[in-house]
Amino acid sequence: MTKIIEPKKQRNIFSRPSSEEGVWSWITTVDHKRIGIMYGYAAFFFLLVGGLEALLLRIQLSQPDNNFLSAAEYNAMFTMHGTTMIFLAIMPISAAFFNYLLPLQIGARDVAFPRLNALSFWIFIAGGLFLYSTFLFGTAGAPEGGYLAEEVSRLASAPNGGWFGYQPNAGLKYSPGTAMDYWAIGLQILGIASLVSAFNFITTILNMRTKGMRLMRMPVFTWMTFAVSFLLAFSLPIIAIALFFVTFDRQFGTTFFLTEGGGDPVLWQHLFWLFGHPEVYILILPAFGIVSEVLPTFSRKPLFGYPAIVFAGFGIAFIGFGVWAHHMFASAISPVAQAGFGLSTMIIAVPTGVKIFNWLGTIWGGRLTLNTPMLFALGFIGMFVIGGLSGVTHSVVPADTQQTDTYYIVAHFHYVLFGGALFGIFSGLYFWFPKVWGRMYNETMGKIHFWLMIIGFNLTFGPMHWLGLQGQVRRTWVYAEETNLGFWNLIVTIGAFILAIATLVFMANWIYSRRKGEVAPFDPWDARTIEWSIPSPTPVWNFSNAPEVKSLDDFWHQKYGEDEDGRAVRREGTDELLLQLEEEGLNPKEEIHLPSPSYFPVIMAFGLPFLGYAIIYKSIPLALIGVIMLLIGGFGWGTEPLEEEFESSEEEPESGESKNYE
Amino acid sequence: MHIKKFLKPKNFILCSFLFITACIEDAPLDSLSPAGPYARTIDELFWLTFWIAVVIFFIVQGALLFSVFYFKDSPDKPEPKQIHGNNFLEILWTIIPVIILASIAVPTVRTIFDLAREPEDALKIEVIGHQWWFEYKYPDYGITTANVLVIPEDTPIRLEMWSNDVLHNYWVPKLNGKRYLVPGQKTYLNLHADNAEEFWAQCGEYCGLSHSKMRGRVLSMSESDFDAWVINEQKNADNTLSEGSLAYEGQQVYLNAGCTQCHVIGGVWDVQGERIAPNLTHFANRNVFAGAALKNNSENLTKWLANPAELKPGTFMPNLELTEREIEALIEYLGTLK
Repeated sequence: MTKIIEPKKQRNIFSRPSSEEGVWSWITTVDHKRIGIMYGYAAFFFLLVGGLEALLLRIQLSQPDNNFLSAAEYNAMFTMHGTTMIFLAIMPISAAFFNYLLPLQIGARDVAFPRLNALSFWIFIAGGLFLYSTFLFGTAGAPEGGYLAEEVSRLASAPNGGWFGYQPNAGLKYSPGTAMDYWAIGLQILGIASLVSAFNFITTILNMRTKGMRLMRMPVFTWMTFAVSFLLAFSLPIIAIALFFVTFDRQFGTTFFLTEGGGDPVLWQHLFWLFGHPEVYILILPAFGIVSEVLPTFSRKPLFGYPAIVFAGFGIAFIGFGVWAHHMFASAISPVAQAGFGLSTMIIAVPTGVKIFNWLGTIWGGRLTLNTPMLFALGFIGMFVIGGLSGVTHSVVPADTQQTDTYYIVAHFHYVLFGGALFGIFSGLYFWFPKVWGRMYNETMGKIHFWLMIIGFNLTFGPMHWLGLQGQVRRTWVYAEETNLGFWNLIVTIGAFILAIATLVFMANWIYSRRKGEVAPFDPWDARTIEWSIPSPTPVWNFSNAPEVKSLDDFWHQKYGEDEDGRAVRREGTDELLLQLEEEGLNPKEEIHLPSPSYFPVIMAFGLPFLGYAIIYKSIPLALIGVIMLLIGGFGWGTEPLEEEFESSEEEPESGESKNYE
Repeated sequence: MHIKKFLKPKNFILCSFLFITACIEDAPLDSLSPAGPYARTIDELFWLTFWIAVVIFFIVQGALLFSVFYFKDSPDKPEPKQIHGNNFLEILWTIIPVIILASIAVPTVRTIFDLAREPEDALKIEVIGHQWWFEYKYPDYGITTANVLVIPEDTPIRLEMWSNDVLHNYWVPKLNGKRYLVPGQKTYLNLHADNAEEFWAQCGEYCGLSHSKMRGRVLSMSESDFDAWVINEQKNADNTLSEGSLAYEGQQVYLNAGCTQCHVIGGVWDVQGERIAPNLTHFANRNVFAGAALKNNSENLTKWLANPAELKPGTFMPNLELTEREIEALIEYLGTLK
């Protein structure tokens, strides 16, 4: 720490916050690592909430004609489960990885815009809290003219129109009360958070790479971050506009989606899925990136077909914008559109297949270390393939008209998003655990976690395929006994509880290992990418000296050469190299300027929920509070000195990155 | 059965599959037991895709499991060869999937257009979606009914569908795939049942509080039964109830308690314009009511008339605060509506 130069104490209304420890240091931090960690914990909290909602749903469905939850409660729970898992759990956990790893993988000191990074995190928190405040303040009820036998409980006072919010059901007439407004405006706020970080990451990747880090030398995880950022940048504006339409319909009497006023409910479907399908790739591509790091490391082989994997990732991202109507094959679209979107959906299977075969090529002929991250990565391939293959059956339009809106679809996308995205995420959490905390996780508990999870997962989502084919429709609060769906529903519920137990094992491991785990050795995995060439936990300043990268998997090639058979041979002097790297990493020679913390991103971010409440409750005072907070945040931000004056008053850009371009 | 073996994911899935195929017959909404040419076409296409998927599944999972066991690290293993890729393989595993997909794509596209084509000499029926029940109109016969769609066997049916409120999705799994009902525009779906049989229908799209209770029945019957049904449906309700009978009392409840605000019983009350609730003229001929969520028997009717929202949350039918006696009379009256 001694090498970081302290800013002069200055009496200035805009003086930067200076605490380095305690709550305030976290609230005002602009350090990408701390922001990443906060993203991770917040997202995991929401993952638990979303999981709890899923357990309630499963208890309700464990037997036919059950009345554990009321219809209103059930509908609120499945809406919140979907919304939470997508927008508040998986997306931000991916953001946690982006934040923590991206600068490390490209050899940068921080992201391009550290304060913007803090802003996007706090907007995410503000949006999540805003959305969940519906349980305190929201109202919901029967459609205009309808009756309910009982009062709407607090549990049911949440958005209930589905995470897809189909109009006109989610409109004011059929979903009265404020709950759906919380949904529409909450997603709008969360969208801003994602947009801000998308531009931040794009800029970071384009401008902040260290010397020698050409595009085709970037780790695949960085590439996938890049692809996801573009997906976010292009797809979020679509949902933003659609959500504005909804808010206008609900609040100001417009009729974008109401037939009575010449609007069209199918328009919402198009807009929603034009966002919603790229969103699926936003959720899965980070996991693709993670396993592309984990598999080579534990196979002790380079990634098979690196360029193919990178281009397939971008191919998927690009074609992902041209398949949205496959969510609407049963809707009001023509046979020509059905055929077109069916074909485009089939085409997207090709780059996906390329990725899977390349991963298999990576492990083929390797020396596989079957530890927890590797098991999750291998489990990812196995489960994702099932999700991918059931996806191909959806592209067969006539078959899809049988499967759509049934549990077959629920099974499909949980194989993709749980067996795929979440398994990838768990793999990454274990893989980079030593990097973040400087300690090792407990391997035995990790393996117990994996096996419980893969059994619970298949028990939960495997039978759903058959339930769907046997006619269990989605979003179904009760099913009749005569449909004979009870047995497998009970099995599914049991599976869901095994998943819950698995999650508890994971948490226990995390809490234990974080404090009492073995101290991680330098480079515990004999890893490949440059984030492992610095000490763990990562020093505040990341790299003591901007590294120079000479090849793909640069760190590996510093350690290993190849003999005439093409087998890896450890270079002489590697042990000394590692010692030297650790020594250098802990003791930077130069003075390092780090971006200074700031209050203003937080102030700005928490102005947004006030604007949201102002729209819902048509309140001028609330709007004023929101606007004032945004103005204070914005002006403060703009006039805040880039950095406090340093003793050596050298001009440096905010991020202190210029030394990377010497 | 060795329980440990059973619990292995792959075995488990296989066992589930065998178990499921064994009890398929019992599931009335089963999409894998087609009972008409449209559903059969879809079924064939599904199984074609399914078996191709199964082959790919075993290739990939096989390669995965083989690698895990064969390439597992052990102390005597040498460092692996550092293979960075292979262009030939990349091309191979791009081209082969394209060929496989093309072989699925051709029948897919053909079937899409086959299913969409209006069959010749089809019986036209209109399906109107309401929260939370399906209404059926037979424009050729001037019939309006609800919940139970009656069709002649072995005859192509052309459904012309729209919604009165939110999006619904009409699905008779054994006869065809799903099609949305959209407010403000028409969609079409063909049905064709091989034999006289009762089928289940279900609304597929989430349509609000009682979406799961928006069900239906399709009753296919022989040509002669169907003709007899049509003639009966075209009649008004029998209005010659003897004064003082329980049914007569029920009719008075019907006329005075507010039922006529929303319901129609042909010949009993002169109604101008549309009504929002199911037409009850031949209520007793239908074996289900309340969006086909309840069997038509006096026990269910008693519960329903006492408080409809209890059984169907969000329903537009109010609790009319009927006395037990009134409910009993009303049920008696409804029983006469054949």
